[in-house]
Parts: sequence; C-alpha cells; structure tokens
Amino acid sequence: MEYKISNRLRMGAIIMMVLGLIGVVYGFIDSHSVTEANISEILASEHHDHGDAHATDMHTSGHTNEEHGETVAHTDEHHNDEAHGGLTHHEEHALHQIHNRPYAALYVGAFFFFMIALGVLAFYAIQYAAQAGWSPVLFRVMEGITSYVLPGGLIVLAIAFAADSHLFVWLKEGVTEVGHENYDKLVAGKSGWLNKTGFFIRGLIFLGGWSLYRHFSRKFSIAQDSASDNRNFKKNFRISAAFLVFYIYTESMMAWDWVMSVDPHWFSTLFGWYVFASMFVSGITVIAMITIYLKSKGLLEFVNDSHIHDLAKFMFGISIFWTYLWFSQFMLIWYSNIPEEVTYFVTRIEHYKLPFFGMLAMNFVFPLLLLMNSDYKRINWFVIMTGIVILCGHYLDVFNWIMPATVVGRWFIGMPEIGAILLFGGLFLLIVFTALGKASLFAKGNPFMKESEHFHY
Amino acid sequence: MEASKVIHAIYTDDDVLMSAVKKVKAQKHHIEEIYTPFPVHGLDKAMGLAPTRIAITSFLYGCVGLTVAIVMMNFIMIKDWPQDIGGKPSFSYLENMPAFVPIMFELTVFFAAHLMVITFYLRSRMWPFKKAENPDPRTTDDHFLMEVAIHNNESELTSLLKDTGAVEINIVDKDEDAH
Repeated sequence: MEYKISNRLRMGAIIMMVLGLIGVVYGFIDSHSVTEANISEILASEHHDHGDAHATDMHTSGHTNEEHGETVAHTDEHHNDEAHGGLTHHEEHALHQIHNRPYAALYVGAFFFFMIALGVLAFYAIQYAAQAGWSPVLFRVMEGITSYVLPGGLIVLAIAFAADSHLFVWLKEGVTEVGHENYDKLVAGKSGWLNKTGFFIRGLIFLGGWSLYRHFSRKFSIAQDSASDNRNFKKNFRISAAFLVFYIYTESMMAWDWVMSVDPHWFSTLFGWYVFASMFVSGITVIAMITIYLKSKGLLEFVNDSHIHDLAKFMFGISIFWTYLWFSQFMLIWYSNIPEEVTYFVTRIEHYKLPFFGMLAMNFVFPLLLLMNSDYKRINWFVIMTGIVILCGHYLDVFNWIMPATVVGRWFIGMPEIGAILLFGGLFLLIVFTALGKASLFAKGNPFMKESEHFHY
Repeated sequence: MEASKVIHAIYTDDDVLMSAVKKVKAQKHHIEEIYTPFPVHGLDKAMGLAPTRIAITSFLYGCVGLTVAIVMMNFIMIKDWPQDIGGKPSFSYLENMPAFVPIMFELTVFFAAHLMVITFYLRSRMWPFKKAENPDPRTTDDHFLMEVAIHNNESELTSLLKDTGAVEINIVDKDEDAH
C-alpha cells in the first residue's frame, strides 16, 4: 500500500516543467519582438503572405474584436482608422492581441490543472457527504490530487495579477473614468464587483475556504486510520456537507471572476454550472487515470473492476451533463439572438470553428459512444483512452473561454500553449505524486472500507 | 422432447435457494424454471442464464428515433415549406439544427424506451389477458420454487433436492396447456 514517487516520474515531471518553461519564455520573447515600431510591417507582410482573401479576413476580425473583445465605446464612427499614437486602430488591436497571447496561454494551462484538482475536491466531499460505500478505496488517490488545489489556485491568481489588463480588459487604465479615452460605460457600471482589490480579496477567500476544507479533511482522514472510534469520520462528514454549500456559491463566483470576466460585456446565468461540469468531469477522469496507473503498479489491489466501472460511469454521465449545459447555454443564446449576448458565440464560431465544435465531439460524442457499453467501462485501456480525449477536450473548453476574449483571431496551439501545458502538467504530476507518497494508499480507518473493498457491480 | 413429469421443490429462503441451485447445477441436472416472489441477486448467474440483450435493442431503437426526428423535421421545415419563421435560417438542416435538438433528443428517448418495453413484453410473453403461469400461489408471497424435469430418475432427484434444504417436494404432471 505504500507508494513513493519514483525517480523516473520525478525526473519526467521536472523535464516537462523545464521544457514547458522554455516554451513559455519563448512565447513572451516572441510576442514582445512585435512592437509599435514594427507592427505595421508585420501586418503588411501577413497580408502579403496570405494574399488578398486573408487581408479582407483580417479586417473583419478587427471589427469583431472591437465590437465585443475590447470595448463597446468603440462604435463604428471610431472605425475610420484615425491615427492613434502613430498606429491605426487595426494595428493597435493586433498588437494587443499578439502581446496578450503568452499571458492567455499561461492562464489557460494554469486554470486547466487547477480546475482538475478543484473538481476532485468537490467529488471527494460529495462521497463523504453521501456516505458512499463504493469509493473509500479511492479516497487517498483523491486526497493526493486535491493537494494541487492550493498551489494551483495561487498560481492562477498570480498569473491574473501579473497579466492584469492583458487578460482582463476591465483592468485597463481609465476604463471607469468618464472622459478618458478608454472609458467604457458598461464596464464602469460593473466596477462595484469588477475591481482589482475585490477580485483578489474574493480569490483569496475562495481559495482559503477550499484549502482549509482540504487541509482538515485530509487531517481527519489520516487520523481516522489509527483511531479507535469514528469521531474523525463524523467530523469529516460534517465539514464535507458544509464545504459543499460553501463550494457551490464560491465556485459560481469564481467562474464569474476568473473566467467570465475576460468578456466583461457578456454575462450568462448558468456559466458557473457550466464551469463546474467541466471541472467535475476532468477531475473524475483524472481520478480514474491515476487509479488505473497505480493499480497497474500493483499498489491498489483492493481496487477492482467495479470501481473502475463506477468511475467510468461518472465520466460518461458527467460528460453528458457538461454537454447539456453547453447546449443549454448555446441554444438559448442562438435562439433568441440578442445582439449583446450573441457576440460571444459569433466570435467563437467565426474564429474558433474547429476548437469550438471539435471539443463537442471530444467531450460528448466520443465518451458517449465509447463508454455506453457496460463491458467497455471495465477495460482499463479503454477508460484511459477515453480519459485522454476527455482531458484534451476540456483543455480546449478552457481555451475557448479565454482565448476569444484575449487574442481573438490570433490563436494557435503552438509553443506558448504547449509550453504552459507541460509546465503546469509537470508541476501537477510532481505535487500530486509526492502527496500520494505521504500516506498509506489504503484509508484503513474508514468505516465504509470493508463495503468498499467488496464493492461489486 | 419435454418431460411429462416435473419435480417442484419449494424453499423458504433465498440463500438456501441459491446454494440449492449451485448443487443441482453441479449434478448436471437441468433446471426448467425458478419462481421467486422478488429478484434474487445473482440467481441468473448461478443458473447459467445468458445475459440479456435488451440494452442493445434499446440502443438500436434510439437510433431509429433519432433518424425519424431528423428525416421528419428536415422534410417539414427545410424541404417541404421552408418559411421564414421569426428569422430562423431554414436554408439547410444544419443551420437550423439547434432548434431541432430538443425534439431529436425526446424522440430518441421515446423510441428507445417504449420499443424496449414492448420488446420486453413480447419476449417475456406478457399481455393484459394472459393466463398466469404460476404453479403455486405462495411463490408470489414468501416461497421459492424450483422446477426440475424428471427423466426416470425420480428417487435420485427427490433425495438430492431434499438434501439441498427444500421444505416441500411435489411431483406433478406437466400441464402443457398452461404455457
């Protein structure tokens, strides 16, 4: 039952982080090589390279961007390419998008891995609160994964702090000042919620609450191993129920702050749930994948096919739940077609056709068809394969939240994006597998352990 | 050829029944039928019954439902009379698809569910005026009944079933009309 992170895994994770860091640094250097001085030439050479058709396309993208990516204050009258600090509006926007890209790529990667850990924390709390009899054998795996909540969350906040207005246009100078050239009435109206101080205070409160629960739940879980009564388990049950109430409020607010506010002109009521579904399904997928990995090392003999079957059922069910929320949000907005909210999807369909609809295939059609059969849910390599597709799909999901608001048409999954995935993926593996080695993988004190060991579906 | 005589062994406990089934199977006797008042977990496995394929039929029915929905709405809304209703694009099915998804979903579920239930009724031969095939009314309350065919081995079977904990053993002539 004892696990120690192997040197190979540790080295692999560190190599991933180093390669990732190189990619990220390259992304920053590359994007900052484009400056006010040479932007005109670069855009001109782009037009030249791609021919006339693309040149027209670039112009339209400039327009769409101005309509929703940046500020509504820029209405058509501002479009006449008036000189502005030596740059035309088109050039200015292109420059911003190019500079935003490494920040956005970093943020997407960081948020994706943080979201996995938080999703697992919610799943873990639900298992305690529901007094589930099947899952206690997986508790130590889940506790290992949730050790990334605090560092991951702090990293997301740190990137948000460093990126500032590169990610969040409502942090731009003068956005709330009447008469300033950046003044934006809509954003100014929301500044009661969307202001820098509030954002970080809220972020720290959310993160504090989640990590406190994680800390105490882990502590009681370890204490229960050597206890003679069930006092620690009962405490865990109570704090889990309380945490779930706290979580569902703060997760929703976190989704407004950390994700939805990149498009401060747009809002959606079910967005918090949608973000939740995405993190929940990625979290469950990672539980299944790490469980299968540890089991293949012979460390989890007490986990049987039925446990994998149940996890795969959750992957299947929550994938469909995610699709339900995705579609509910998309269809309601598409159907009513109200200009102020439909721009969100117009940008995505116009510039992100492949990632936007591709993720639907990866997050819905693929798990739907592969995990429907009861026998397939017990085949480990099947679960791993579907899991990889689901994780890639949900990475694209995060990509589709952040990128259209920050880089608009200038997206690509290249060095900065892959670098961020490697960097935070490596960190995630390092932290999670180090935490997995800190306690026995078998939570022997849990009163439901016997039932869980003999769980059979 | 079916045997004309069968043994009805009656049990009062599902655990005893399960172990009896295993013993009878181990002796290579064919169990004709078992009557229980409620589902006994694992009984089908112990009897060696083939797994049901009803989920597969349901999946296929669902595909039929989805096809019906798509063909129907493509004909009505796009091909037959493509009106402009509130500005919805009726130029192609794909362009207007989000509006059709609720119906596509519901018809898929409708076909999958109802046709599967009807398949179940047909395969298990159940209908409103069907004559009940119950050899002993107590099996709907608190008794379990195992039916084993007799092939000139009456005494051997009787003693085997007695050993397995049967509380009552009856030898009956099989009434073919009842089925």
